[in-house]
Amino acid sequence: MSERVLEVRNLQTAFPGPAGPIPVVDGVTLHVERGEVLALVGESGCGKSMTAFSLLRLVPKPGRVTRGSVRLDGHDVLALSVPELRAIRGRDAAMIFQEPMTSLNPVQTVGVQVVEAIRLHERVSKAAARSRTVALFERVGIPDPGARFDAYPHQLSGGMKQRVMIAMALSSQPKLLIADEPTTALDVTIQAQILDLLRELQRETGMAILLITHDLAIVNELADRVAVMYAARLVEEGTREAILGDARHPYTRGLLSSMPALARRGEPLTEIPGTVPAPEEWPRGCRFASRCPRAIERCPLEPPGEFALADDHLVRCHVVQQEEAP
Amino acid sequence: MVGLLLVAGAWALWVAGHNRLWREAGREVVRRRPLALAMVCLFVVTALLDATSWVGGSGAPDGGDLVSLHKPRSMIDRAFPIDFQERSYSAPLARTEFYGGAPLLHPGKHLLGTDIIGRDVLHLTLKGTRVAMLIGGLTTLIVIPLALLFGVTAGYRGGRVDDAVFFLISTLAAIPGLLLLIALITVLGRGPVQVCVALGITGWVGLCRLVRGETLKLRELDYVMAARALGVSEARIVFRHVLPNLMHLVVITFVLLFSGLVLSEAVLSWLGIGIDGSWGQMIDQARDELSRDPAITWNLLSASTALFLLILVVNRVGDAVRDVLDPRTVREMW
Repeated sequence: MSERVLEVRNLQTAFPGPAGPIPVVDGVTLHVERGEVLALVGESGCGKSMTAFSLLRLVPKPGRVTRGSVRLDGHDVLALSVPELRAIRGRDAAMIFQEPMTSLNPVQTVGVQVVEAIRLHERVSKAAARSRTVALFERVGIPDPGARFDAYPHQLSGGMKQRVMIAMALSSQPKLLIADEPTTALDVTIQAQILDLLRELQRETGMAILLITHDLAIVNELADRVAVMYAARLVEEGTREAILGDARHPYTRGLLSSMPALARRGEPLTEIPGTVPAPEEWPRGCRFASRCPRAIERCPLEPPGEFALADDHLVRCHVVQQEEAP
Repeated sequence: MVGLLLVAGAWALWVAGHNRLWREAGREVVRRRPLALAMVCLFVVTALLDATSWVGGSGAPDGGDLVSLHKPRSMIDRAFPIDFQERSYSAPLARTEFYGGAPLLHPGKHLLGTDIIGRDVLHLTLKGTRVAMLIGGLTTLIVIPLALLFGVTAGYRGGRVDDAVFFLISTLAAIPGLLLLIALITVLGRGPVQVCVALGITGWVGLCRLVRGETLKLRELDYVMAARALGVSEARIVFRHVLPNLMHLVVITFVLLFSGLVLSEAVLSWLGIGIDGSWGQMIDQARDELSRDPAITWNLLSASTALFLLILVVNRVGDAVRDVLDPRTVREMW
């Protein structure tokens, strides 16, 4: 087995609610290997972003990680002191966000912000950091990088800003890049460019990427493995081929069949009936049970365990389990 | 005190000059309100001229008396002859005293007339500029650090700290401002610095609330989260990402607070607890003169006009500054 950059075990993150804590991430176990792209997929509000925030202990108050362990390149993130944690953030794992428009400080030039990021983790002179920034800008495809150094965020387009964010994230050569819906706020042509850039950079530097997205087309483009999340829990995990080609969990199948690119021409797109239940209405068992077309009697009562269909294909579903191992 | 104000002003200008955003904003303000800005500069220069004083060089033919010889005189004082004084009231440019008609020592020289003890009103009005500037400048210098300190800590830390600061703010806001001012001045004394401190203590609440709200908003923004994800320390986030994004509020508040403070000093003078030599005090003294027969109006008119002009131009500039820096957030406060 190759080296694991990130290993998450049984992670639970919860927010206090009127009737006890409400978990937004519930028992998530996953890992990312060196140089691998893992896509974390799920619909809005399923806990994808909170999982990402938990990895670097960035969960906004009053939420907090209540259980589990996160090992990032050998460090036990949840046990680190605050200064140690700061040293890890950005250096071992960097993050890019959904909204490039607001991810940059409006009153500083973008160059200065990248220089700051470089000098945070390395003792280099301002001049050296500056030339490295210009080189990074060039690398992420910013035209005329020398001049863009002195631009303020409002003078750049969304795509350019996302490139700046990527440059900033790459500045300390992180081993893991957490990309939280990196292209959601961009228009389609720019999306494709940014995805190409991410793939190129990933091949070149060999860093691992944890890609958080709800867009299965992006998964198809970029991911090596896929983890599917529903209502704070992982439901299925496997290689891209396994998930996109041979999905077993009814939820994953529902997601796939509602995708225009994979649906057959002339037939209406299928949709998953109902909506995601609110946390206080979660059934004791499988949380998808109320919307599942194949649900059986025990589904809402008993949480399904992890079931390995193959070495690299895990699923949590009573029905599948029954079919495969009667 | 003047040195402190100058240093603060110079520092602010230096920092602003080194940042393109501020430079552009400054240029825009100049473009929008050239006249008002020039008037403000005129007031500032007048105040500065009155703030530089030294002993000697009386210029009087007989050398003047010993007391006046050893009293420091400012540049403004030196623009007038040392014995530029009459025995009592005289109308502007008059050749004789207003009551009785005795000949003046300096006939036709008092542009705005003289007051009850014969002092030149133009001279007094010019000297009032310094007091006004001192009140506005020094008080804002007290208000801004106070408001920033409490506002940013409350907004950024939240929780208990926020509760404590908000308790303080609510308590201060619950006491009628004028009563608190009077009480503070009674305790602290009536010197110019004391009055400024009193005005500062009662005046920081509004800005503090504004800063707290803005910090609450800023701390949730993506770039603060992004900075945190890069491993930036909390202190550094406050200084590099939160404070700079609050500065427009501070500048706007500085300009708008300034005129408000000069006006409140006038109110204090009317109550008899203002600063000596202020326009407010001149207006207060001139109240009785209106009931004389025939009435003395020039004293009141010149002080009021000076006060009105200063407030007007500062407000005009303040409006421009607000429009340029922030078209949206601050308007509700005033």
